[in-house]
Amino acid sequence: MELLRFATAGSVDDGKSTLIGRLLYDTKSILEDQLAAVERTSKSRGDEYVNLALLLDGLKAEREQGITIDVAYRYFNTVKRKFIIADTPGHLQYTRNMVTGASTADLALILVDARKGVLEQTRRHAFIASLLRVPHLVLCINKMDLVDFDAGVFESIREEFRQFSMKLDVQDLTFIPISALGGDNVVTRSEKMPWYEGPTLLHHLENVHIASDRNLIHVRFPVQGVIRPASAKKFHDYRAYTGAVLGGVLRPGDEVMVLPSGFTTRIKSLELAGKSLEEAFPPMSVNVSLAEELDISRGDMICRPGNPPLVGQDIDAMVCWLSEASQLQPGARLAIKHTTRSARAMIKQLHYRLDVNTLHRDEQSPGLKLNEIGRVTLRTTVPLFFDEYRRNRNTGSFILVDEGTNATVGAGMINGAAV
Amino acid sequence: MLPCFFVSYELSHLEALEAESIFIIREVAAEFDKPVLLFSGGKDSAVMLHLAVKAFWPAPLPFPLMHVDTGHNFPEVIKYRDERAAELGARLIVASVQEAIDAGKVTEEKGPRASRNRLQTQPLLESIEQHGFNAVFGGARRDEEKARAKERVYSFRDEFGQWDPKNQRPELWSLYNGRHRRGEHIRVFPLSNWTELDVWQYIEQEKVALPSIYFTHRREVFRRDGMLMAWSPFLPLLPGESVSTAAVRFRTVGDMTCTACVESTADTIEQVIHEIKASRVTERGASRADDKFSETAMEDRKREGYF
Ligand SMILES: Nc1nc2c(ncn2[C@@H]2O[C@H](COP(=O)(O)OP(=O)(O)O)[C@@H](O)[C@H]2O)c(=O)[nH]1
Ligand SMILES: [Mg+2]
Repeated sequence: MELLRFATAGSVDDGKSTLIGRLLYDTKSILEDQLAAVERTSKSRGDEYVNLALLLDGLKAEREQGITIDVAYRYFNTVKRKFIIADTPGHLQYTRNMVTGASTADLALILVDARKGVLEQTRRHAFIASLLRVPHLVLCINKMDLVDFDAGVFESIREEFRQFSMKLDVQDLTFIPISALGGDNVVTRSEKMPWYEGPTLLHHLENVHIASDRNLIHVRFPVQGVIRPASAKKFHDYRAYTGAVLGGVLRPGDEVMVLPSGFTTRIKSLELAGKSLEEAFPPMSVNVSLAEELDISRGDMICRPGNPPLVGQDIDAMVCWLSEASQLQPGARLAIKHTTRSARAMIKQLHYRLDVNTLHRDEQSPGLKLNEIGRVTLRTTVPLFFDEYRRNRNTGSFILVDEGTNATVGAGMINGAAV
Repeated sequence: MLPCFFVSYELSHLEALEAESIFIIREVAAEFDKPVLLFSGGKDSAVMLHLAVKAFWPAPLPFPLMHVDTGHNFPEVIKYRDERAAELGARLIVASVQEAIDAGKVTEEKGPRASRNRLQTQPLLESIEQHGFNAVFGGARRDEEKARAKERVYSFRDEFGQWDPKNQRPELWSLYNGRHRRGEHIRVFPLSNWTELDVWQYIEQEKVALPSIYFTHRREVFRRDGMLMAWSPFLPLLPGESVSTAAVRFRTVGDMTCTACVESTADTIEQVIHEIKASRVTERGASRADDKFSETAMEDRKREGYF
């Protein structure tokens, strides 16, 4: 059973909660006591129908105000896959939440109300999914029951969105006409839309090919720590570097280079908890032992000599600002975390603020406020070992942290080395 | 001619979950000087401990274990807890609710439905402060409960140990922000993305040892609020309640006063998994009286600094 992470997006009342409730219900992932609790609450609130949205809105304030405050994670599985849903609310701080949910998603699911068609919000969601390089995008055209399951409505929305998406960098795009309320084309095929020949939503989620989304070519192993159990007699000479493989395939015997030193050696062995491995690939966590003793510590990068990452202190990146309390401004000093490296960074320049609705670039913008996205150049106190975000989402991303409040204030996606 | 074979670079869901959890545990060990792992002897903390051991093997566990002992725990679980710690040579810190009561720091609830569940928060926070722990591993899962579905992997706690669900740090990619001031700490939940079924499947795959009460055994029980409770001196009977003997097992273990059991003859992990797949009730719904007080019982406790 494979793992697929997806993020959901949609404007208020497009039917996001109903759809997720439907997926959970039809795959028998909602259990009796959860349903009973929802029924009780629905009844006491005077809802006319069992409000499946209550399954998703967990906090007191959310129930009182009938809104979703924060990203919530949901789990369900079928025999084929385990699914993790990042449910990102459409009301407050939308961009921030969707950026968060999309950062780890294999797939983004965007809902459109068939009666309303492609809205500004739809374009914004699609832009964020493409900016975060979510490999698969699904546009669910919902409430088809309210447009008489008309193929023409579906097709014109599809065409309009397709035109728009050509401006974006979308790798895989699928359109599915559904009714979340009635369950049409969600888990079971709809008899009311015989003209639609594609898969149901669940079938697509179960079968979309995700294994090739990972970068298996460029070896990237940022060192997390060193294991050297010098005190244990039996393992006196044991020395290994721990970490998660963020790119490429490692095998014993491979020649590797270690950054920043630039020394090369070979992989002696790969293992985890005493079990040796023939190879290691993303997203495995392993121990790497090298043929020669080198001076290596946390934050260093193991790669292949002919294929290193970019190395540098001057970085060109898109940044999404996540803080209500402050703004990103040129000259600001922040803490930065990139792979297993922590350093400080200074914002050298804000090139432009991007209007996420129109994609217009505002070059006069003095700073970035909450939910705003812009292109910056920053300089770090130590060199980072990075890739362009479009080549590797894990070595191409970083977070910015306010050194005073310790809040996470920025999410960055690297365009490349600054020139 | 090229060799013609296909290698699938796919991980199973358990391998992917394990990789993520080990990554998280290693991040904490690298970035914090005083971590501690909450070990109750329950199945989730047993899996968390197993992952922590794997993360650093062959080196010993680089942090101690802590248990908040309500004084009303199942003896089988305490035995398991002590054996496991001894086996690993790990330091075990026990924070005692009884001592907190004796010292007058917390007040015992009264009446037949009294529980020490909520009283665990004070000794937990006091022990964190006393030892200066700044990262505290917990075995909570997001699928357990709706307030927990909103929880971060690295969850910030202020100097009073409080959780502010409306003001959490955004968590992107696998870049965790553990920065904090003195006196504040981070709760870390490496099993955030695991479900109950994942935990059991992993226990089976890895042959993780568990306390005996997770499997069928005969026990004196009685019915209360639709749940089957273990009869013990800590739970006086109410009028109309009567004790009988049944074959039962536990789906979660906590304080004896608020953990119920289910009738079962499952004596292997395989049979337990079979029963869970067929079950139509969540583990907390089936067996935790502590969540039934109100719709937001868990959120209220978590805000105060509970696990
Ligand atoms: N007719 C119809 N109504 C729907 C459909 N999906 C959702 N709704 C209704 O649209 C309203 C908003 O749905 P909800 O799931 O709360 O939207 P959210 O704000 O995106 O989470 C509710 O009244 C739903 O019953 C659908 O496919 N057909
Ligand atoms: Mg909703």
